[in-house]
Amino acid sequence: MIDSIAQQPMLAALIALVSLGIVFGALLGFAAEKFRVQGDPIVEQIDNLLPQTQCGQCGFPGCRPYAQSIADGDAINKCPPGGQNTINAIANLLDVPAPALDEEHGEEEEIKTIAYIREDECIGCTKCIQACPVDAILGAAKLMHTVIVSECTGCDLCIEPCPVDCIDMLPVVQGIVQWHWPTPPTTIDLIATSKMSSQEDAA
Amino acid sequence: MSRTWETPGGVHPPENKSQSMTQSIGHLPIPGTLVIPLHQHIGSPSKIDVTIGQTVLKGQTLTTATHSNNLPVHASTSGTVIAIDDQPVAHPSGLNAPCVTIASDGRDQWIEHVGVTDFRGCGPLDLLQIITDAGIAGMGGAGFPSAIKLSPSKDKAIDTLIINATECEPYITADDAAIREKAQDLIQGIEVVCHILNDPKRVVIGIEDNKPQAIKALRSYIQESPIEIVPFPTKYPSGGEKQLIYILTGREVPSGGLPIDLGMVCLNIGTLIAIKRAVIDGEPLISRITTVTGEACGVNRNYEVLIGTPISHLLTHNEFDENNCSRLIMGGPMMGFSLTSTDVPVVKTTNCILAPGHSEIPADTPAQACIRCGLCAEACPVSLLPQQLFWYAQSKDQERLEAHNLFDCIECGACSYVCPSNIPLVQHYRSSKGEIRKANIDKIDADNARQRFEFRKLRLEQADEQRQAKREARRLVTEQARATSNTSQPGSSAADIIAAAQQRAMIKQASPEQQKAKFERALLAAQSRLQEAEKRLIEATANGSKQQQIICSASVESARQKVDQTQYRLRELTD
Amino acid sequence: MAFKQISSPHGHNPQSTSWIMQLVLLSTLPGFLALSYQFGWGTFINLIIAVVTSLIAEAAILALRNRPIAFYLKDYSAAVTAVLLALALPPLAPWWVVVVGSLFAIVVAKQLYGGIGYNPFNPAMVGYVVLLISFPIEMTTWVTPISLLSEGVNHPGLWKSLSIVFAGNTPIDGVTGATPLDVFKHSSGLVVDQIYQRETLFNQASFAGVGWEWVNVGFLIGGIILLKTRIFTWHAPLAMLGTLALMSILFWDGGSSASRGSPVMHLFNGASMMGAFFILTDPVSSAVSNRGRLIYGSLIGLLVYVIRAWGNYPDAVAFAVLLGNFAAPFIDNYTLPRTYGHTDRRKATDKGEDE
Ligand code: SF4
Ligand code: SF4
Ligand code: SF4
Ligand code: SF4
Repeated sequence: MIDSIAQQPMLAALIALVSLGIVFGALLGFAAEKFRVQGDPIVEQIDNLLPQTQCGQCGFPGCRPYAQSIADGDAINKCPPGGQNTINAIANLLDVPAPALDEEHGEEEEIKTIAYIREDECIGCTKCIQACPVDAILGAAKLMHTVIVSECTGCDLCIEPCPVDCIDMLPVVQGIVQWHWPTPPTTIDLIATSKMSSQEDAA
Repeated sequence: MSRTWETPGGVHPPENKSQSMTQSIGHLPIPGTLVIPLHQHIGSPSKIDVTIGQTVLKGQTLTTATHSNNLPVHASTSGTVIAIDDQPVAHPSGLNAPCVTIASDGRDQWIEHVGVTDFRGCGPLDLLQIITDAGIAGMGGAGFPSAIKLSPSKDKAIDTLIINATECEPYITADDAAIREKAQDLIQGIEVVCHILNDPKRVVIGIEDNKPQAIKALRSYIQESPIEIVPFPTKYPSGGEKQLIYILTGREVPSGGLPIDLGMVCLNIGTLIAIKRAVIDGEPLISRITTVTGEACGVNRNYEVLIGTPISHLLTHNEFDENNCSRLIMGGPMMGFSLTSTDVPVVKTTNCILAPGHSEIPADTPAQACIRCGLCAEACPVSLLPQQLFWYAQSKDQERLEAHNLFDCIECGACSYVCPSNIPLVQHYRSSKGEIRKANIDKIDADNARQRFEFRKLRLEQADEQRQAKREARRLVTEQARATSNTSQPGSSAADIIAAAQQRAMIKQASPEQQKAKFERALLAAQSRLQEAEKRLIEATANGSKQQQIICSASVESARQKVDQTQYRLRELTD
Repeated sequence: MAFKQISSPHGHNPQSTSWIMQLVLLSTLPGFLALSYQFGWGTFINLIIAVVTSLIAEAAILALRNRPIAFYLKDYSAAVTAVLLALALPPLAPWWVVVVGSLFAIVVAKQLYGGIGYNPFNPAMVGYVVLLISFPIEMTTWVTPISLLSEGVNHPGLWKSLSIVFAGNTPIDGVTGATPLDVFKHSSGLVVDQIYQRETLFNQASFAGVGWEWVNVGFLIGGIILLKTRIFTWHAPLAMLGTLALMSILFWDGGSSASRGSPVMHLFNGASMMGAFFILTDPVSSAVSNRGRLIYGSLIGLLVYVIRAWGNYPDAVAFAVLLGNFAAPFIDNYTLPRTYGHTDRRKATDKGEDE
């Protein structure tokens, strides 16, 4: 038997390869079993990455249903409030390539905005309270309403129902405390802009 | 001679210190208006005491501290408060912050003040209170309230006092000048601090060997005392607190920790002199020594400057040539930040105003690609791998950035300084740090939003259920009533009425049951949220910024309230 | 008056990437001179062809990639790659060999990976290895060192060399021959002393191998200049040379027929010095930390010896360097320096703190 194998180099090579394959396959399988990381269920993890704005722009009633849907195989680029960062994070988690944001669901906002109620115009209809997904609006029937700034996620949902249009979405103030250095521009941008400005100068 | 240790890395930029040391410390005329930022230190803001139009005297408090981690600020000269509003302040962002503007009356009239005649007779806590009331914050770097640094801590006794006379940044000579001319004040300051610290075992002055005159001046004053003066070779950044501690003691402050974890406290020259003035003369911190230098200034010199003096005042008195100024820097060239306007006032941490000429510090050339030469890694005093950090910063890989200890970077700039490709490494790190901090805050907000969203969902469901139950009950009752009226048999009616009543009672009872369940669920949720918040707070205290800590402790507080509330309601219900 | 908002540090030390690259170019001069003296005009012609091809290729690709051409050409990195490749190629190699090598180095090994800073492998060595595998004959035909030329035979002059390179004319007999490492490789069974006696390449040598010893000395001088100007640290070159020497001492074996040559012979033959100082130190494709560079250098030294002694090729620096490049990220992962205030060394693959 061994002799006959030794005389057939092709066969020998084949056997060697196959047995190597089996051994390493078994090893890998064992390792995967042995060192398996017990993590949160995947829905939990995805939900953790979503911005929790609860705005429904993704087409789901809140972030968690969308997380569930992603776990079931939905596209990961439907959340405008999260924007590219969130898409990248989910792509990283699921080990898939990161697509660009699906513009159908909305555009990523540069600056976070939150709702302010022009309080003297508020008629106290409570409609916005019912719309707010995170209970960020305070007020009672026929009384003035107001938004709890720290709790508002900027989801826009309260704008629509207001019968007197007294809610504004205003950008969050960027004070000294929130400020941080911006990322330096890339050299290519720098050169491009300096070229452009010198062309403009010439023109 | 005490032994010194050598830190890894470091660079030797041209010192440029001699220009500003040709003259002694000067004084400037009092500026017409002084702008005093209310928030010049780390910690929460304090309460404003003055109103517009009020006359103030030199040394009068403008704000009072409302919390142990904030400090008052004082009027630096006598005059009238003419504005309390947002003004440009000394901050790299160039943004505005609340300030009190004083129009000086030129009399420079002091408020009544007395010092302590015998500080040795005072308890440490009294002295610390004086230091707090004088508004003294670290005058070298970040402006940490000095009294907090010196406060006795429960678990760690301070046995080493380190005095940072390193001044490793090029151009700056404020401490050098202060030592030469005010060595006596300095020594008295050290004595006060030693008394507060209950005579630490070791008192060391760390100083770079490029200041021979200062070393001599110190030596002549402390022949008798046990204070050690340890000169060591000049290298940037030896003056970083952590670097200095390593150089002098060979020990490293644990990552995310403070010198106090090693039983050490580190103060700089300006702070000690301010402490002496506060305790012995009773004067609050209203002036400091600032170097004005750079080729764009005709005169390069150190000045004793009132806090709140606009930079423009300093510059005009030093023959400032605007056209030859490539940028305006507060602090030194390695770590100082650029100012966008000359209206910015001098604050407690302003050790230098540098106005370099165009040839002196030319505009940055565009960055080339990183060639991974490793020069940056060799220069890094903290043994990071700046090129890797740069790589991950570009790809915004926050996990890897943290794994590569981004937050141990002291932003000393040594890496950018040597990088042959001219990459603005430090700015990349600053921006990444900012983004990571922001992401952490966003995460907290998101968790909060999720909690609220889920709570609301629960509430709506319950409301729905209740409505349903009520409707159901009503239907039953009407049906019964109809049945009763239909059969209309008076004899049996009594039993029926009782049954109906029982049913109603049952339905009513169901609702407290439900309510209780609801509160129990809410309690569980609130408790888990509290735990979460506490965990985050611990993390934040271990390695977060001050701001993060504040946010976290606030969220802990609110979570705790929620738990209490729910518990209370639950108790009410069960009783 | 408004001033610019600029992040610290303000000011910069004068050393720039272009300057470093220029210095590297300058320090190849001693090696280049030695090569030219020993082997004639061939190296010079290689150099010109390689540099011209590389610059054109680089510019073309940059244009394709929509990058500012002048800005990137100014960093001199393409020129350095070209020069190193040219110095490694046999003099009087046909022009198309040089062109193919340069193109491959710049287009595939450098720009396809993203340009300077992103190439995992040393472009010059990739080009060299590709040529060695594709055109073994052209790549192993070396010119005989000047002192071994027989009476009356000279290296071809400039015009003659050009005609050999471009028109494919064959050089006169006796001008090409084996290299010392070739000789050593193909004389197994002989005791070292015998080889040394029999082969003119050795018996007329001052200490290591005729011609080659001086070329290596030339690169050594260049390397020392770069070390002195602190362009790179000593770690990788010294580790490589040290390991090479150590291995050859271990297997020196008193010069028996099983011996693979003396340490001196290994250090001063083939591309040892050029590899150590000009190829290993290529920052882009080497390990990053100093500790990593020690390991990286030793690994390459070991591989060079192993391939020279037991492999198929007489010289091995190019292969060894490429294998070293392969290992560099792995080495980096385990040689992160310990950060101030941390007690443990971390691995780059470690994720954030809480995992
Ligand atoms: S779009 Fe994003 S933030 Fe809005 S609900 Fe969907 S997942 Fe949540
Ligand atoms: S207040 Fe308006 S914008 Fe803010 S969370 Fe509620 S519904 Fe959304
Ligand atoms: S010094 Fe600059 S070019 Fe060199 S490795 Fe560091 S970042 Fe890259
Ligand atoms: S700025 Fe940070 S990374 Fe750069 S040298 Fe200083 S500590 Fe190291």
